Amino acid sequence: MKEEGIELIKDGKRLDGRGFEELRPIKIEVGVLKRADGSCYFEMGNNKALAAVYGPREMHPRHLQDAKTAVVNYRYNMAPFSVDERKRPGPDRRSVEISKVSRAALDPVILKEYYPKTAIDVYVELLQSDAGTRTAGINAASVALADAGIPMKDLVSSIAAGKIGGEMVLDMNAPEDNYGEADMPVAMIARTDTITMLQMDGRFTKEDFKRGLVLAKKACHEIYELQRAALLDKYSERAGEGGEE
Amino acid sequence: MGLDIVEDIRKDYVYDLVGSGKRIDGRGFLDYREISVERDLISKAEGSALVKLGDTSVLVGVKLEPGTPFSDAPNKGIIMTNAELRPGASPDFETGPPNENSVELARVVDRGIRGSGTIDLEKLCIEEGEKVWMTFIDIHALDNDGNLVDAAALGAIVALLHARIPNEHYGITGADDTLAIRDTPVAVTVVKIRDAILVDPNLSEETAATSKLTVISNADGTLSGVQKSGREGLKEDEITEMVDICIEKAGEIRSKHLG
Repeated sequence: MKEEGIELIKDGKRLDGRGFEELRPIKIEVGVLKRADGSCYFEMGNNKALAAVYGPREMHPRHLQDAKTAVVNYRYNMAPFSVDERKRPGPDRRSVEISKVSRAALDPVILKEYYPKTAIDVYVELLQSDAGTRTAGINAASVALADAGIPMKDLVSSIAAGKIGGEMVLDMNAPEDNYGEADMPVAMIARTDTITMLQMDGRFTKEDFKRGLVLAKKACHEIYELQRAALLDKYSERAGEGGEE
Repeated sequence: MGLDIVEDIRKDYVYDLVGSGKRIDGRGFLDYREISVERDLISKAEGSALVKLGDTSVLVGVKLEPGTPFSDAPNKGIIMTNAELRPGASPDFETGPPNENSVELARVVDRGIRGSGTIDLEKLCIEEGEKVWMTFIDIHALDNDGNLVDAAALGAIVALLHARIPNEHYGITGADDTLAIRDTPVAVTVVKIRDAILVDPNLSEETAATSKLTVISNADGTLSGVQKSGREGLKEDEITEMVDICIEKAGEIRSKHLG
């Protein structure tokens, strides 16, 4: 059970003035890094996520190669200065788990069988975090994979639904996450409504859970449109330049 | 592909069987393997439980030690959950630091216990800001024939329910000697193979499954943890059906093994 003692909802609004189903402002920039094969900067409120993709490239160490498909590696990393209290650099148990579920969230859309024996490496850096960082990371990574030209069936979009002050809401910020009742990060392929990541902690009734899925689905559709628009924006610009790099 | 090559080869067989409504070990789709729970096997631990799900075997030990509370929760005890996938439990498990599978196992079990508020952490305070009980839940996988998480979660709650606080050993007086346990979270895992939902996957089924969902539910039917894994996505209606199954199964396990 989470901490109690902060009034998270006042006069039907959240502390930052948002409505229950309102997302924080999102900003997406495609191809922001020169050296990476694909990249994306994704902002969601105070979250700042930067994703870089390399590959398909040779898989090291070789014994981890898969003769049938590419192997997707995903590394979620929080910058030490990204949170109030400095985070010790390097992987911890939380980031290991987040990396695992985030990889699984993206894995189903990547056409890995085109590139046997290779690695597709996804590096997600959280430069600033304010709850919902794994979802921001997945949103960034999905766009960066597309930017890298990796064949994909679709984009993946991600958001957290949760319960704060007895209300079901979307996209909790840090105080809401710390003092709320429950948190449920979801990732989905919006076009087919296929859920590729689902986690939950805190306490939900079955009805809350179902409502959370409905809300998350709606938000993933919104995010999907923004991701798509950002990619189209960059690549239609390029086409206008006569296809030059 | 794991080192357990036999399981990889067996995939197609499991898949075909499910198509004709059968499981490799003859169970119904919604049946658990035989569950056995033995507790207090480890006298050195404050609480312990050995849970077997068929051939899967997990030993959970609970140890308590006085320690310093976190600065943002000076009057609360601490829970720490750790899981070790011991090499003797599977040719796929190796020695060395915890990998993502053991970290995930520990964190899912931890989340179920934490989310439900199972342990009244304020009752674990010895001296505010100075000294609280640290509760270590250590999950030791002994034999992996699939679905370690349900076995581990059941072992954890049984071990906690019967754990003794070692007041005397640390010269602490005036406190209760059992943990204040307020709920009984039970983890139930289902997998999807073809279009079928199977409860309590054995290793062959876990390998053949396209997706897996673990749902931890409490005595009042609320949820305190969910984790999806596996290589394919799930639809919303599949997930809600799975959650219903998991809550019902959790009730059966609770009344039989946590009564």
